[in-house]
Amino acid sequence: MSKAVLIDTTKCIGCRGCQVACKSWNDLKGYKTAFSETWTNPVFLGNNDFTRVIFREATKPDGSLHWYFAKRQCMHCSDPACASVCPVGAMVKMPEGPVVYDDSKCIGCRYCMLACPFGIPKFEWEAALPLVRKCTFCAERQALGLAPACVATCPTGTLLFGERDTLVQEAQRRIRGAPGKYVNHVYGQNEAGGTSWLYLAGVGFGELGFNTQVPKEPLPPLTWNYISHIPHVIAGVIAFGVGTWYVTRRQELRPRPPAAPRPRPRVEKEDQP
Amino acid sequence: MKSREDIKIMTPSTKVLVAVMLLGLAVTFYRLGMGLGASTNLNDSFPWGLWLGVDVLGGVAMAAGGFIIASMIYLFHLEKYRPIVRPAILTAFIGYLLAIIALFLDIGQPHRLWHPAVFWQVQSVMWVVAIHVILYTTTLALEFSPMLFERLNMPGAVKTVHKIIVPVVLFGALLSVLHQSSLGAVFLIVPGKLSPLWYNPKLPFLFLVSAVMMGLAMVSLETNLSSRVFRHPVDPSIFTGLATISTWVIVFYLALKLFFLITGPGLAAAFNGSMEANMYLLEMIVGVVAPLGLMVGTKLKENPNGILAINILVIAGVLLNRMNVCIFGLYRANAATGRSYFPSWMEFAITAGLIALAIFIFKMAAKHLPLLSPDTGSAH
Ligand code: SF4
Ligand code: SF4
Ligand code: SF4
Repeated sequence: MSKAVLIDTTKCIGCRGCQVACKSWNDLKGYKTAFSETWTNPVFLGNNDFTRVIFREATKPDGSLHWYFAKRQCMHCSDPACASVCPVGAMVKMPEGPVVYDDSKCIGCRYCMLACPFGIPKFEWEAALPLVRKCTFCAERQALGLAPACVATCPTGTLLFGERDTLVQEAQRRIRGAPGKYVNHVYGQNEAGGTSWLYLAGVGFGELGFNTQVPKEPLPPLTWNYISHIPHVIAGVIAFGVGTWYVTRRQELRPRPPAAPRPRPRVEKEDQP
Repeated sequence: MKSREDIKIMTPSTKVLVAVMLLGLAVTFYRLGMGLGASTNLNDSFPWGLWLGVDVLGGVAMAAGGFIIASMIYLFHLEKYRPIVRPAILTAFIGYLLAIIALFLDIGQPHRLWHPAVFWQVQSVMWVVAIHVILYTTTLALEFSPMLFERLNMPGAVKTVHKIIVPVVLFGALLSVLHQSSLGAVFLIVPGKLSPLWYNPKLPFLFLVSAVMMGLAMVSLETNLSSRVFRHPVDPSIFTGLATISTWVIVFYLALKLFFLITGPGLAAAFNGSMEANMYLLEMIVGVVAPLGLMVGTKLKENPNGILAINILVIAGVLLNRMNVCIFGLYRANAATGRSYFPSWMEFAITAGLIALAIFIFKMAAKHLPLLSPDTGSAH
């Protein structure tokens, strides 16, 4: 079964405990960060920041201003674009849920960064031999039967760790139970064909800075559709090539009657502009 | 055959080439020592930039002339074009060489460039591309080898290669068709990011057709230039023949582009004044509309300069297309994640260095190999 996390952003108090837990568990470098215009800190996800809490002030349906907080990290897509594009199979979706990265294979081509619809993989630009870094869904903790570090730290129950199917049902149940409290959209249920990290929110996801243009279908079939046709192209090109070779060769070998006027060579015809 | 004494190497233009190459080499060392962050303006919002767009995509498109001319002679028996087959194959070889060097410098772990050959991932277009590069560069070396063997006076080796040349050429054509279209397929995974002016499911086919345009233009251009520079007369009907074939390919490409524009984002999307629309128009005017206008408007038979201008326009237009797909068409989506991109001077320096290297290799080959000699045809 595939593990997932449901993030109920209406419960988040913006303490950033998950950010700290992620940093210490993953041994990520600490450095002097900065606030964004809306007090998100750090300003970007990065190779030393696998997760961050987005801070946004938005208008509630009743007209009052309200703070919203949303933890972001890799979505751990069910059919991840990053894994399908990687030329060496360094990104892999585990059946248990996490999309993990093998840094001993990676060639650093950054195709995963281009392909990810959520802009998640980050590069160690400052290094001489850079690698890609992103949230691991704490796969090694999960292997020990532990919840991800960020989930274990969250003091408000915003992050709920469990089976994906159960969590999707739980999200729907919460929306039905308190219609005014949530927008009727579980972000991640269908985005990019479904992800292991799911979101509930009190305002539209666009207002929280989520990309709402992400296609609802999985992305890898788009390229697979091409690759799976390659055998047909091979057959076509060979048939065409051999066919033309055979036909034009026979034309060339055919003895020409000496008396007849020399037939106009084909190529000359192409000379007309 | 001996080296051609009449081709002078140490001309002022060569000195400029060497200077540009040396600068590129210096930057190469800096990039390898200090990393991509220090040498490029690439960032987490813009993972791909100038080197991918121009050097890799452009270099490979430029190489398409090799398989086209080789197929025309060995598969279609259009003997007229035999005198240009060697320059064409050499150009293809150089194009791939540039693409490989650029890839080597662009990836974060250059010493792992060989990994795709070992760690297979057939779901990845990039893996498909990598395998093609390996196989096709080998094929090109084989196609190119008779020149070397002739120079080294090894008639036995020339004969052996000649015996297998038809299947080799067919294999090369197959790889090229797949490789050119695969480079377009690379961008199929970003439907939400790449502007609909360029994104559509037939991107691989559009890449193939435009590569044919660029390949033909490249071959014609460089036959033209080298026949002037090296004072080596070329049958003018070769140029007009190539121009006629290009015209039909460009007309076909125009029809495809219009079809996908109208059935995709709609005609108006190209005229709404946005950055993407303007880049799209620029690409289409430079690479398609202007060349077609010149072909119709000038009597090409009497006008080698007209053909020269057309070739330059087509090459520039296809390069623009590659840059649009790789950089400008993705710009809005990438910039939405917070950063901007303009290539650093070092990125430009390496691109310029690679172009200089290409011209330099061609020049050296013209001097030392039986590339442009009148007896070119008799060897096969
Ligand atoms: S969010 Fe991006 S990086 Fe994470 S699994 Fe999906 S495609 Fe991969
Ligand atoms: S950068 Fe590494 S992980 Fe990402 S696609 Fe390239 S090889 Fe795979
Ligand atoms: S799952 Fe682990 S790696 Fe991912 S954000 Fe949470 S703590 Fe960080």
